[in-house]
Amino acid sequence: MNITPQTLSLTALGKQLRSGALTSRRLIETHLDSVQRFNPSINAIVSIDADRALAQADHWDQQFALGRSLPALAGIPIAVKDNLCTKSGTTTCGSRMLRDFHSPYDAHVIEKLHEHGAILFGKTNLDEFAMGGSTETSIFGPSHNPWDPDRTCGGSSGGSAAAVAAGLVPASLGTDTGGSIRQPAAFCGVCGLKPTYGRVSRWGLVSYASSLDVAGVFAHSVEDLAIVLQAIAGHDPRDSTCLPHEVPDYLSTIDQSSVRQTENIRSTRIGVIRDQIESPGLDEQVRRSLKDAIETYRKLGAQIVDIEMPHSKYCIATYYIIAPCEASSNLARYDGVHYGFRSKGPEASTLDRMIQQTRSEGFGPEVRRRILLGTYALSAGYYDAYYLQALRVRRLIRQDYDDAFAQVDALLGPTTPQPAFRLGEKINDPIQLYLQDLFTVGANLAGVPALSIPIAQSSDRLPIGMQLQAPPLGEAKLLAIAAAYHRSVEHQPTIPAAFQAPQS
Amino acid sequence: MINSAADYRIVIGLEVHVQLKTQTKLFCRCSTRFGQPPNSQVCPVCLGLPGALPVLNAHAIELACRAGAALNSQLADFTKWDRKNYFYPDLPKGYQTSQYDLPICSAGHVDIPIAPSVNQPESQNVYKRIRLVRAHLEEDAGKSMHDEHSGRADSKIDLNRAGTPLLEIVSEPDLSSAEEAKTFLSELRLLMVYLGISDGNMQEGSLRADANVNLHFAKEGQFIATPIVEVKNLNSFRSVERAIEFETARQYTEFLRTGLAKGQAPKQTRGWNDALGQTELQREKEEEADYRYFPCPDLVPVRLTDAQKQTAHEQSAATPSHYRMQLIDEHDLKSTDAEILIQQGKPVVEYFLHCIAAGANPKRMSAWMLQDVLRTLNDRSIGIELYPVSPKSMAQLLTAIESAKVDTSQAKQALAKLLEDPNLTVDAAIDSLGIVRVDANELESLCKELLAKNADVIDKVKAGNTKAVAALVGQAKKKNRNADPRSVQEICLKLIADMQ
Repeated sequence: MNITPQTLSLTALGKQLRSGALTSRRLIETHLDSVQRFNPSINAIVSIDADRALAQADHWDQQFALGRSLPALAGIPIAVKDNLCTKSGTTTCGSRMLRDFHSPYDAHVIEKLHEHGAILFGKTNLDEFAMGGSTETSIFGPSHNPWDPDRTCGGSSGGSAAAVAAGLVPASLGTDTGGSIRQPAAFCGVCGLKPTYGRVSRWGLVSYASSLDVAGVFAHSVEDLAIVLQAIAGHDPRDSTCLPHEVPDYLSTIDQSSVRQTENIRSTRIGVIRDQIESPGLDEQVRRSLKDAIETYRKLGAQIVDIEMPHSKYCIATYYIIAPCEASSNLARYDGVHYGFRSKGPEASTLDRMIQQTRSEGFGPEVRRRILLGTYALSAGYYDAYYLQALRVRRLIRQDYDDAFAQVDALLGPTTPQPAFRLGEKINDPIQLYLQDLFTVGANLAGVPALSIPIAQSSDRLPIGMQLQAPPLGEAKLLAIAAAYHRSVEHQPTIPAAFQAPQS
Repeated sequence: MINSAADYRIVIGLEVHVQLKTQTKLFCRCSTRFGQPPNSQVCPVCLGLPGALPVLNAHAIELACRAGAALNSQLADFTKWDRKNYFYPDLPKGYQTSQYDLPICSAGHVDIPIAPSVNQPESQNVYKRIRLVRAHLEEDAGKSMHDEHSGRADSKIDLNRAGTPLLEIVSEPDLSSAEEAKTFLSELRLLMVYLGISDGNMQEGSLRADANVNLHFAKEGQFIATPIVEVKNLNSFRSVERAIEFETARQYTEFLRTGLAKGQAPKQTRGWNDALGQTELQREKEEEADYRYFPCPDLVPVRLTDAQKQTAHEQSAATPSHYRMQLIDEHDLKSTDAEILIQQGKPVVEYFLHCIAAGANPKRMSAWMLQDVLRTLNDRSIGIELYPVSPKSMAQLLTAIESAKVDTSQAKQALAKLLEDPNLTVDAAIDSLGIVRVDANELESLCKELLAKNADVIDKVKAGNTKAVAALVGQAKKKNRNADPRSVQEICLKLIADMQ
């Protein structure tokens, strides 16, 4: 196997940078070269400040040369979804509304990345304001799946997933409101983690649905997820919903001797949501791969328990009330008055008309659809039947999770109903697109951590993902269970042949 | 048909926005200081920038609880934040963070002093209880400034005020005259200022009121209500009074003309134009505006602890009413005099009470406060905290009158000296007037001499007119300028009494 920076883990990159076998500058240059070469075909990265990245690389190289003890991500490039505010460059949310918007401040996760030495390496493409599941609603056009450019990379954090899958960056940040990290991770064959709601600060994450949004990580391995999560997790007084709990050492729970790990997995109870595995809508190859994975866990000694989630069938309906309601209010600030796009058309002659035109022209159809849905559901006379009812069902869904986690340590199931679908296939059928979130939205409604890891490839060589979910703040255990699986099947991160950089 | 002016009453409810005296805004750390350059006290949170999130200012909760305790309200165990969604250029987020169904304070009342009726003794205060619906916390919007002089309408927005904490206090429609409404507002302001909840500065917009006004016409033992009109933009006591008077007259004429009752005509919102002295139609609505309130998902609900409520009650004890009772019941002041002191604010009342504690006679001190101290404060445009004479000195000076060491006019001269030179002691001030104490025997022989010459005065006093001795004071002064008028009168009366 070719050893290029593209396929090295964060730990391996860190070792090479510290030993002097690799410089941060060379690493950045290699990735800049990959971006130049491969990004046009997948459209994963929408903006990049190369000079700034190189300057930071030189800074870290000097520090490495001095033999200083440096933070884990020192000198390593990480891309972030373009709905995370960065002082450098633009923060567009993939929308015409914010196409030229410069944030005067960094999101908390960006501050944390800088604190841990990471180099901000580009902003990634997304569905407009993170609303979508295929990265097709972006003002920058769709991103493409590196495994098959005719197919979607998923969404809404599609750019972040595709960038890692194509080897443009070793890791990236995304955001997950209803599956926006796990679904693209599954489609692109990478690992994606949605942490517990509140484990990572939302300060500087441009709100879509505040009670569901959380920032998370894409990487090639579970270990790498742990390293980046370690950097971005923790309390932030600027987010009232951020949890004050101490952050455990995630890597140490994974990085154990095989003996300890075997012992650990033996004492683990894994719940299988039968309704999901037996779901008639589930692709046969996905079903078979999941059954294999369950067998692998059984062989490792884990106890497999069937779990009922009686309210899971209401997840999609509940999500598509709550998220648009919050979005309709969260996106009210984009009115053309203070910043962002303002309609200059002749119809924008009065203030009211200006606001109407600005919002009609500045938002794409999917964002407009969700704002209308939410506005409707919050209106007098409908509030009780829709929003209040959705909140009640959300409590029942949370109760399902509480009941499940009273019996098991983690829940196992599919991430998506099938591997990546074709671009354009579902974009004109919102219901079909919304159903893609069937298995993922539950974790957001309940606020629990969940991840997707690649477990197989379909006959079309498309990645298949498996979702694992754990109780609130159970990231350490969740990562350990996922890592145990990958170790057991000797999972090797691979980059599609077309994206492998030549040896220099 | 209604045609008699006597057959109606006025029904008024007030919504009062009180700006809380916090250093920083309700959901961010920007300063709330007034009068700074436009948009100099803003941050991503109060600008409503993408990704910015609110964090509650705990001091605002403390002040709201204190207000609730003072307003005899019920403090909520559990209160939350709701978004009120509407578009307006000075509302940067497109919603106002407010409280909808679970306000921090529910119910309550304010007792307002009202003019006593003719057959009640003047000293007795009469109160009317104005019930409250609720009081809730919310953030203020920014300020739009329209410049119509620059040819094209040019609007500017200052967001310094956006996010400032407001307590909106809503009364029941218990007010029945413009004067009562004014008194209610004034009493509310006094309460907020006494308890340090607000600076109550109306020029700076720290207290703003909207009034809901309508008329109830009596008809055959029933009443007909006219449509409720909300009058906005009442930023002074005077405008509250004038606007309600105007609105009452307008609704009266309107009702006689149209006969339309509540429910038969749309609810109006009218703005008060202070310059023209009239209310002007802003909008008419058939239905309530739909603000699509829902719980703010960026904030967590607030649970008030028993300790917080206890503190609020302790901190709300020193109300104007508390001081009123102290002045009137304990120190026997006339209610009108007490009211003047109360209206001056807590520091003036505290000064007065310190003087009493230091030994000053309450009635005399009250007179001196009203005549001398307040005049000096006014002349010098200073607050009581800069008044040069300490309560101890003031008490000493007044005691000197009691003990006849000086007469009133001399004491006032001494006060003038003390005001000029605060380092002077009271004794030194009195000494500097060159007052020579007249010997008691000397004074008595002087009085005998005067009485011998004024037989008519003796007759008058004997006939019951004791005030007649006052005529002798002037003569005594002529003979000895240090003769104390009060002593002269007392000695003369005693000598006359002894004659009998």
